Amino acid sequence: MDLTLKVWRQDGPDKPGEFKEYAAKGINEEASFLEMLDMVNEQLVKAGEIPIEFDHDCREGICGSCGVMINGHPHGNQKGTATCQLHMRKFNDGDRIVIEPWRATGMPVVRDLIVDRSALDRIIEAGGYISVDTGGTPDANLIPVPKEAADAAMDAAACIGCAACIATCPNSAGQLFTAAKLAHLNLLPQGQPERYDRTIAMVEKMEEFFGSCTNHGECEQACPKSISISNIAYMNRDYVVAKFKDRRKVGQT
Amino acid sequence: MTTPDAKVPAGPIEEKWTAHRFDSKLVNPANKRKYEIIVIGTGLAGASAAASLGELGYNVTVFTYHDSPRRAHSIAAQGGINAAKNYANDGDSVFRLFYDTVKGGDYRSREANVYRLAEVANEIIDQCAAQGVPFAREYGGLLDNRSFGGAQVSRTFYARGQTGQQLLLGAYQALARQVALGSVKLYNRTEMLDVVTHDGRAVGVVVRDLVTGEISSHSAHAVVLATGGYSNVFYLSTNAMASNVTAAWRAHRKGAFFANPCFTQIHPTCIPVHGDFQSKLTLMSESLRNDGRIWVPKVADDTRAPNDIPEEDRDYYLERIYPSFGNLAPRDIASRAAMRMIEENRGVGPLKNGVYLDFADAINRLGKDVIEARYGNLFEMYERITDEDPYEVPMRIYPAPHYTMGGLWVDYNLMTSVPGLYAIGEANFSDHGANRLGASALMQGLADGYFVLPYTIADYLTDWLNVAPLATDHEAFQQSEAEVVSRLEKLLSVNGTRTVDSFHKELGHIMIDKCGLARSKEGLEEALDRIPKLRKEFWANVRVPGTYDTYNTELAKAARVADYFELGELMCRDALEREESCGGHFRVEHQTDEGEARRDDEDQAHVSAWEWNGSGKTHTHHKEPLTFEYVALAQRSYK
Repeated sequence: MDLTLKVWRQDGPDKPGEFKEYAAKGINEEASFLEMLDMVNEQLVKAGEIPIEFDHDCREGICGSCGVMINGHPHGNQKGTATCQLHMRKFNDGDRIVIEPWRATGMPVVRDLIVDRSALDRIIEAGGYISVDTGGTPDANLIPVPKEAADAAMDAAACIGCAACIATCPNSAGQLFTAAKLAHLNLLPQGQPERYDRTIAMVEKMEEFFGSCTNHGECEQACPKSISISNIAYMNRDYVVAKFKDRRKVGQT
Repeated sequence: MTTPDAKVPAGPIEEKWTAHRFDSKLVNPANKRKYEIIVIGTGLAGASAAASLGELGYNVTVFTYHDSPRRAHSIAAQGGINAAKNYANDGDSVFRLFYDTVKGGDYRSREANVYRLAEVANEIIDQCAAQGVPFAREYGGLLDNRSFGGAQVSRTFYARGQTGQQLLLGAYQALARQVALGSVKLYNRTEMLDVVTHDGRAVGVVVRDLVTGEISSHSAHAVVLATGGYSNVFYLSTNAMASNVTAAWRAHRKGAFFANPCFTQIHPTCIPVHGDFQSKLTLMSESLRNDGRIWVPKVADDTRAPNDIPEEDRDYYLERIYPSFGNLAPRDIASRAAMRMIEENRGVGPLKNGVYLDFADAINRLGKDVIEARYGNLFEMYERITDEDPYEVPMRIYPAPHYTMGGLWVDYNLMTSVPGLYAIGEANFSDHGANRLGASALMQGLADGYFVLPYTIADYLTDWLNVAPLATDHEAFQQSEAEVVSRLEKLLSVNGTRTVDSFHKELGHIMIDKCGLARSKEGLEEALDRIPKLRKEFWANVRVPGTYDTYNTELAKAARVADYFELGELMCRDALEREESCGGHFRVEHQTDEGEARRDDEDQAHVSAWEWNGSGKTHTHHKEPLTFEYVALAQRSYK
């Protein structure tokens, strides 16, 4: 298939960017979207031009490195699919494809389609963990976890940290990413001791970088792992409770 | 040739690790903050080591070339992690896990290391559960287990088909906690390009900031490499695109021995290659072999659709040849069996390059819901790539390069042959012999990082108490920086006609063809003739666009591919000199009448540790003899 690409090119965070057009000819429809970009880059290098930079690594939809806006949709139009898993058979011969980086003030462009997502690391550093040092932990079966809770925690923990939720949000809000990590940890018995402090710390760190949630619901649609928006409601509830909860009494029933 | 000293402690195997921990010197808590430790890589091994060392009070600096530590390729591991908990009440024990791992490795690993691995495996599960890793549970709230290849017990813990992801996130979160506390300093998008040595020991590293191109030096009392394996030497593998050998190879060039480079694992269940444009291969977890049945048509060139082939015309060849292990035969055995089927023209799919992995029986027996709960994400991944629905038609799978058992030679303390330089996880060679069993890589990465290195590194550090790390303006660092810069400048200045990928693909073809599933003297000699010529052409005709002071993926890639040429050559040399078949190393000259691997325990029961002697010079071949006191050497049988 032959395609026309309209790709955002930008040399660096402080440099101006612009769209440039490229012809992608003779693309096999069994190729993945990123393999299509590989082929275009191969041609650019041969022609003595600078190839298009984009983040990618595992190409199995799990590392969360890749992610671009494809015709205005994060990771393209196929639901529950990361950019690397999107295949060219989902496009038609002669299509014109617009490719842009994630856009949010909290995630500035590094180069071309690559953005700086280190704000997500800062949110995890604020409290996205259970404080246990190595060693000295009890036998794993001494902490029974109801299957439903383990499954719900796993659903939330499936987040790959790609930031599509932020890129698609009209407010550039980081709620779905943050709520997914909070739900993973706060739903488990192991996560209870730090539940409320964790919630406050992560929510407030998130707000340093990203906008506010106004319930558009775009994030859930964009998420390549179909993380549920109900995690955000759960986070909001815990945040409100955390503001009033007397943590000295958490152990009482 | 010398005999590298593995420093295995004396005494009965079950007491070695305990005794060694007592005999090793300790660093007192107040002194720990006087030490600087550099960790390269943030996969399971690197993240767990950095977090644990930070918790202990050391000053740790971590480098990752990813944008976040969480992206490391450990994240892609699917099926599970082994431990000898015996929760399934099916006869498991530390000794059985040790025994299975030594046997699975075809008796080419160091017994003492493997025993220690089995011993600390249970602690890993406890640690991860406490961290909140959402392992699969039974309805009573306790942990669930499943089976993996090469074992007759259910000892594998898992988190759906995303076990690696969840274990890595656990280690990453522990690391993030230390970053927040200030005990670990994190550099992302920064690639290590050289190990710096002085007076024969490791004193630091030279790194490049991938965003700005800036080269800088960092010094420390010890350097830990947790930089993974080198399957990408084959170009197409299940490894992530950026996974590379550069850190390990740079260390090798600074004196660290490289052990058993020809021990590479070809994983039997990957999605078959479908075209020239393909950039990587995708694994379908071995756990699928718990419920899937592998088969090919009984007759050659059968063109019927799989669901049109009746039961009597199907050959469930693993169940037929290996009745006691069946579809759960170890990876090397299953891969070679698939290769033989395809050689007999019984392969399936448009390119006749696959075998079926069929879930119809399991779906009939257990229902679609159960299969979906167990493997839903894997089935979805398969559908995205192939556009076929594995609930309806059997999956097509084929062997693909996946893991490298070879790596930097380390002693019992995980120290390389360069004092102060450690290698952990897949980057070292130590625990899997000639073949790794499924669900053992996650176990080893976390064992090294959480429970082994934090103990063994102290014994070395005590010698350097109150000695400041070498200043980075020292000549050793300056010289290393200059070499790094001149190499990058050279790559940029060639300005030839071929792309980096075209060279990498050509090298990969040679490697998979001559040093892949089956190896012959003739083929290896041919590869040893072709690789140096290709390397020469690379340095004369590669085209690397752009400059080195910006984000430049092609430049980073070129520097990695340049190292693959040297590694590829050593792999072939190692394969040529290992005159036997064992595990993933199958020399066609050494096989039984039934086509199984034939080891030579008389002459080949050793670790080959190769020493670099300079560019264009022949490596020195050192041998560490392997002795088996607890697991009797036997012809491996899974029948």
